[in-house]
Amino acid sequence: MLSIKNLHASVEDKEILKGINLEIKAGEVHAIMGPNGSGKSTLSQVLAGNEAFEVTSGEITLNGENLLDLETEERAREGIFLAFQYPVEIPGVSNLQFLRTAVNAMRAHRGEPEMNAAEFMKLAKEVSKQVDLDPAFLKRGVNEGFSGGEKKRNEIMQALLLQPKLAILDETDSGLDIDALQVVSNGVNALRAEDRAILMVTHYQRLLNHIVPDYVHVLAGGKIVKSGGRELALELEERGYGWLGIKDEETADSSAN
Amino acid sequence: MATTDKEVNELIKREYEHGFVTDIEADTFEPGLNEDVIARLSGIKKEPEWMLEWRLKAYRRWLEMEEPNWAHVGYPKIDYNSISYYSAPKRKEDMPQSLDEVDPELLKTYEKLGIPLHEREKLAGVAVDAVFDSVSVATTFKEPLAKAGVIFCSISEAIQDYPELVKKYLGSVVPAGDNFFAGLNSAVFSDGTFVYVPKGVRCPMELSTYFRINAANTGQFERTLIIAEDSSYVSYLEGCTAPMRDENQLHAAVVELVALDDAQIKYSTVQNWYPGDEQGKGGIFNFVTKRGACIGKNSKISWTQVETGSAVTWKYPSCVLRGDNSVGEFYSVALTNNYQQADTGTKMIHMGKNTSSTIISKGISAGKSSNAYRGLVKFGPGAEGARNFTQCDSLLIGDRCGAHTFPYIESKNKSAIVEHEATTSKVSDEQMFLCRQRGIEPEQAVSMIVNGFCKEVFKELPMEFAVEAGKLLEVSLEGSVG
Repeated sequence: MLSIKNLHASVEDKEILKGINLEIKAGEVHAIMGPNGSGKSTLSQVLAGNEAFEVTSGEITLNGENLLDLETEERAREGIFLAFQYPVEIPGVSNLQFLRTAVNAMRAHRGEPEMNAAEFMKLAKEVSKQVDLDPAFLKRGVNEGFSGGEKKRNEIMQALLLQPKLAILDETDSGLDIDALQVVSNGVNALRAEDRAILMVTHYQRLLNHIVPDYVHVLAGGKIVKSGGRELALELEERGYGWLGIKDEETADSSAN
Repeated sequence: MATTDKEVNELIKREYEHGFVTDIEADTFEPGLNEDVIARLSGIKKEPEWMLEWRLKAYRRWLEMEEPNWAHVGYPKIDYNSISYYSAPKRKEDMPQSLDEVDPELLKTYEKLGIPLHEREKLAGVAVDAVFDSVSVATTFKEPLAKAGVIFCSISEAIQDYPELVKKYLGSVVPAGDNFFAGLNSAVFSDGTFVYVPKGVRCPMELSTYFRINAANTGQFERTLIIAEDSSYVSYLEGCTAPMRDENQLHAAVVELVALDDAQIKYSTVQNWYPGDEQGKGGIFNFVTKRGACIGKNSKISWTQVETGSAVTWKYPSCVLRGDNSVGEFYSVALTNNYQQADTGTKMIHMGKNTSSTIISKGISAGKSSNAYRGLVKFGPGAEGARNFTQCDSLLIGDRCGAHTFPYIESKNKSAIVEHEATTSKVSDEQMFLCRQRGIEPEQAVSMIVNGFCKEVFKELPMEFAVEAGKLLEVSLEGSVG
């Protein structure tokens, strides 16, 4: 489904990704782990088409189609979804309006009729229950005054509504307490499907206890230095990144946000 | 960021859709202003002697006044003798008695603008007075309003038919000597709207005036007077458009509102005069004086304005809170794009006890425009227990525009309470990226973000117009993502 070949990307002339190769098939769940500054968030942002990052060489295709030719919104409509690490607030725009606009943009792209407010309300209420959010929050401004946990649940709810082909979860576990982590994980597990791939980006292995990946990759210094199965994450937890000869502090990743 | 600038630029470039010219035969004065011109204007309108005297007094006063230059705007000097002070569509007879007699070209013009003058059409709950250049061409729903005792007619008719009311209140809120543009308007106003709501009457429908400038080289000087007697209520809305022309045109209106005991007036404006082109050529100079007097106790005047048009705007709808417990409100959205300049805000003058006022101002600047909020909150010695709440928010789109806030507070009463909040924000790259990542077009994203920013003001507009205002913002923003 997703194929990344020798991907190089930089921000403000500083190279962050230095030759990424990755193949993800439909139905698979991949986890990308790595220390701060390894390029994890950059990879998520580049896949979603954030123009703050410049792709200097390499290619990315989604089901054979060249993603690099597409604008952010076009990629989204082709089925790329990014759950943000730090979801931004949009004051005064109700969550309901925002979500309905997004869902209708996708539907228009597929040639389906728009959902009216009543139809959408019904759908949104159902989905909000899946991530344990009070439907009353639909009327609040997008992420406005949401707690960290609510923001993350809101991101997963959007994935459930938009039904993407590839869901990229950027540090979805950060800032969550154990109960919230469980709720978010249930939401993500509900997303798992034969025709959908999931790419999780995380610093810690604890998320992988809840969402069990098929493959684990370790990213360091802008390259994937090791790939394996579920057990690789456990080994990392036990032995730390130092085991792979990686220093757990570099630079630049934080600039992705 | 390069990408955002590109989007911004694409968004800001939308065209003005009311820019057409109606080809209609008109009687238009030669440019120039002197006492003879005023006498001729008054003569055409068959005005009584006292009205002409009033005009001439204002004119003589105006000659000695100076054009204000303190606003945060710049424009070439206006030659007041190069403007024509009267232009009216030619009429077959005298006054049309019904809509059937109104020139079909005019009806078509208003239809094209989305303002049907046929009463059976969709704005069924709204009575409309249509002012075309210097004259009122049609007023709808006069009969049902008359049944309720509400007078809704052109100011010219009111001068003929209700001289006592006009004499009593005209200039009582905005005297001819108030300021340069009000003085000019007092001398040469050619038409406008008059509303009188008698004691205890709740006006059964929304009233609205639709102002259209059509003729070239003319100024539009309309005068609106609204009087709400004890315990009455009226909601009034005005809309404005003009053709696209390379020359600037002057619009200097005066609006006076009078609210007596327990009366309420809600005055809403959707101003979409031609703003000039992308290079800042042409457009309307909108120099307007609007003021309401809460004379009676427990009275309330509420101004809501959505200002998206005009090349230069100079406008401060104000409330004089004379009656005890009276309430003044000002809700404003002012959007500037390209080379537009706006200096707008309000004055809340607290004189009575326990008077209160609320100011919510939302300024949106895009392109190379300049947008200033200027407000005065004043408490007189008698304003015991008075309070004001002011909130001024500015939203910047792109990085070549400017936003300024000039709040003034004067208090002569120690018990008065003022709260002031101000914020400046940008449509951020992160917000744009979030929206686009969810499949939303950049233009739609900006419009959604801006509409969210304006929500507190839009909810004050009458329902039918809130939607229109949202759409108008979208159009005015074309070419401008941040």
